Amino acid sequence: MDLNYSTEELAFRDEVRGWLNANLPADLRDKMSEHAHLSKDDLLRWHRILAKKGWVAPAWPEEWGGPGWNVVQRFLFEEECGYAGAPPLVPFGLAMCAPVLLRFGTEAQKKKFLPGIYHGEVFWCQGYSEPGSGSDLASLKTRAVREGDHYVVNGQKIWTTLAHYADWIFCLVRTDSTSAVRQEGISFLLIDMKTPGITVRPLILMDGSHEVNEVFFENVKVPAENLVFEEGKGWTVAKYLLGFERLNTGRVGVSKRELVKLKSFAAKQMRNGRSLMDDVRFRDKVSRVEVELMALELTNLRFLDEMRRTGQPPGADVSMLKIKGTEIQQALTELMVQAVGPMAQPFKAMQGAFDAEAAFTASLMPRYCSTRKTTIYAGSNEIQRNIISKMTLGL
Amino acid sequence: MDFEYNEEQQLLADSVKRFIEKDYSFEARKKIVASDAGASEAVWSTLAEMGLLALPLPTAHGGFGGGAVDLMGVMDALGAGLLVEPYLPTVMAARAVMLAGNAAQQAALLPAVAEGKKKLAFAQTEAHARYDLDQVQLQAESSGAGWTLNGEKRVVIGAPLADQLIVSARTAQGISLFIVDANAAGVHMQTYRTVDELRAADVQFKGVKLPADALLGQSGAALPIIEAVVDFATALICAEAIGAMRSANDATLEYIKTRKQFGQPIGAFQALQHRMVDMVISWEQARSMACLACVKVDTETNPNERQRLVSAAKIRIADAARHVSQESIQLHGGMGMTEEMKVSHTFRRLSMIVQQFGDADFHLERFASAA
Ligand SMILES: Cc1cc2nc3c(=O)[nH]c(=O)nc-3n(C[C@H](O)[C@H](O)[C@H](O)COP(=O)(O)OP(=O)(O)OC[C@H]3O[C@@H](n4cnc5c(N)ncnc54)[C@H](O)[C@@H]3O)c2cc1C
Repeated sequence: MDLNYSTEELAFRDEVRGWLNANLPADLRDKMSEHAHLSKDDLLRWHRILAKKGWVAPAWPEEWGGPGWNVVQRFLFEEECGYAGAPPLVPFGLAMCAPVLLRFGTEAQKKKFLPGIYHGEVFWCQGYSEPGSGSDLASLKTRAVREGDHYVVNGQKIWTTLAHYADWIFCLVRTDSTSAVRQEGISFLLIDMKTPGITVRPLILMDGSHEVNEVFFENVKVPAENLVFEEGKGWTVAKYLLGFERLNTGRVGVSKRELVKLKSFAAKQMRNGRSLMDDVRFRDKVSRVEVELMALELTNLRFLDEMRRTGQPPGADVSMLKIKGTEIQQALTELMVQAVGPMAQPFKAMQGAFDAEAAFTASLMPRYCSTRKTTIYAGSNEIQRNIISKMTLGL
Repeated sequence: MDFEYNEEQQLLADSVKRFIEKDYSFEARKKIVASDAGASEAVWSTLAEMGLLALPLPTAHGGFGGGAVDLMGVMDALGAGLLVEPYLPTVMAARAVMLAGNAAQQAALLPAVAEGKKKLAFAQTEAHARYDLDQVQLQAESSGAGWTLNGEKRVVIGAPLADQLIVSARTAQGISLFIVDANAAGVHMQTYRTVDELRAADVQFKGVKLPADALLGQSGAALPIIEAVVDFATALICAEAIGAMRSANDATLEYIKTRKQFGQPIGAFQALQHRMVDMVISWEQARSMACLACVKVDTETNPNERQRLVSAAKIRIADAARHVSQESIQLHGGMGMTEEMKVSHTFRRLSMIVQQFGDADFHLERFASAA
């Protein structure tokens, strides 16, 4: 047994780290570090910097611009980006729509959509969830009826992240409501957000942010060529995506960065001339999260090693990484709020605040609120546990 | 043994509950929060008419002489309704005046508070004090016949709405309390909304000149008063938390009974049933400890023992508030995350109560060292 990265892997990590250090714009790094809002421009700017370097699509095949990295390199890259405080890459195009097209799309679809995704020219969003269909996605009702060479779509999606930025949306729609097995009547459709009949309405979350939306479809005409794979086979497509190699589900790098921030911030919080990090009660809690995070990183690497060995996708193991990763993210935001103490209360930093750190301290409580979403979205942690109990344990 | 409210307490609790249901709906509260002042004068008058402002004040100055147990049902109802008006800050500051003020000071302030004509705020917290009540840096220098204040207070809840602030400051003799007009020369406020929609301010005092009779009680003798006021307020937010948690639990129970996924109410899944049961257990345990805190701040004469028991209650309430608030969001799924659902507001208030007047760690330390 050897828990260390190989010399080549370490050299790769150093290369990535060095490049990030030199190329991550300082203003984006600062925004990330203050938990500030990232505009569409911010997100795309970073996307394009990576695209220019050839690193924006680590999981894509080389013929479409992938860098040809193995699974460990891909993992290392994502972790380094997280740890460096790079803005997140919006996954809907790069990590969701593209893998689907690469696996199920026609040549024409690949040619039409992949370059726009790669270069950050076309912004995508994900239209799965509906008001009545969250955890029970297969119950979705948005209908697409074939009329000649196009589909007519009617219905509603909800929780659509960044739909207000998006040029295109990939949707699960019901093309057949008669089939006995609900999953069989579902299709995977690509829809141009500029098509008449689409309305996007914001949903404000409790931290005051606008990131999710409701998307309404009223007699929206979608060319039949935008159907991915076969009609009625949308569930197969969606399942493929769920099982896709989501190696970074645990977001170890991001949590490592937050842990460093927590420690340095807590060390500066003084009480009776003593640092909060010298308060054993608090320090032990930080240490516990740190140990949990170590365990998650090692578990992640162990799964990766197994994947490399067997060539099998990780399957239900990804659920475990999601559960632990999100619990750790939440624990970190909670400790930050505890560290800042009474100063966690202001909702927004005020203009001309007396305290230079006010912008940062005022971001902590909203961030704690916002991070509650991580155990709900992308398959709630309850659903992830159901998956493990069914698929791994056979219960 | 008797865990029930007496008849008067029950009647009052019921009438506040009715007021919240009828006039302080979530929709009504939204409008108040969005208004410039962030609090409603009409609501304040109603609180006064119902006698809530007079309740904790001494009978000699227009009050009813009530204690924490008398306020329990009130705080419970206000907690369920997420009242944003500065009731608690006013009660706290008035209590300091009642405990430390001379007859003239009490007569000048308390009847007006009882009638709803004055709002007060209690300016205690400083930048690096965390929850320690004896960490007071704000300076009060005796100058001529009066005093001059210099320094800063942080997150003074209710300050932007207050007529007077009761301010802790350090004199040559030690920690003292002063009555300061909110609009006195040299008082500067940075006002803002808190995460739980209260109006608050960071307050700067720059050479604020006060007359001699602005001092409450003896110079240097205020720490035990401050401790008593904060313990009293801690008992009250324990009661408030009980109402807020009940509201979160009720909303969640209702939601899991009606929200359907996989062809059945999500409350039919045992994984969620047990979670809901644990939320209710948390609430029941917290409720018992809120009773303890309220009874003890009214009756316990040994300050050490009072602090120990208030800390015990606050530990349990902090843990329960954290547990119930987090689970109530999780069980609501995406809906729980939204601004439009009351439960996300209750979550925020409960998250604040977790830390208000000391988090669980602070009280664990106080609990253990008071034994
Ligand atoms: C911030 C945010 C961003 C999102 N972004 C997107 C997006 O871009 N695109 C998109 O399509 N969707 C998105 N979602 C939707 C997300 O996938 C759903 O919220 C999630 O699937 C849960 O569905 P729901 O909200 O309807 O909750 P429900 O399914 O109603 O669940 C409510 C509660 O019941 C539990 N539950 C449900 N079924 C079971 C069961 N069988 N056993 C045990 N417990 C159960 C859940 O875990 C949860 O705690 C987003 C959600 C959020 C909050």
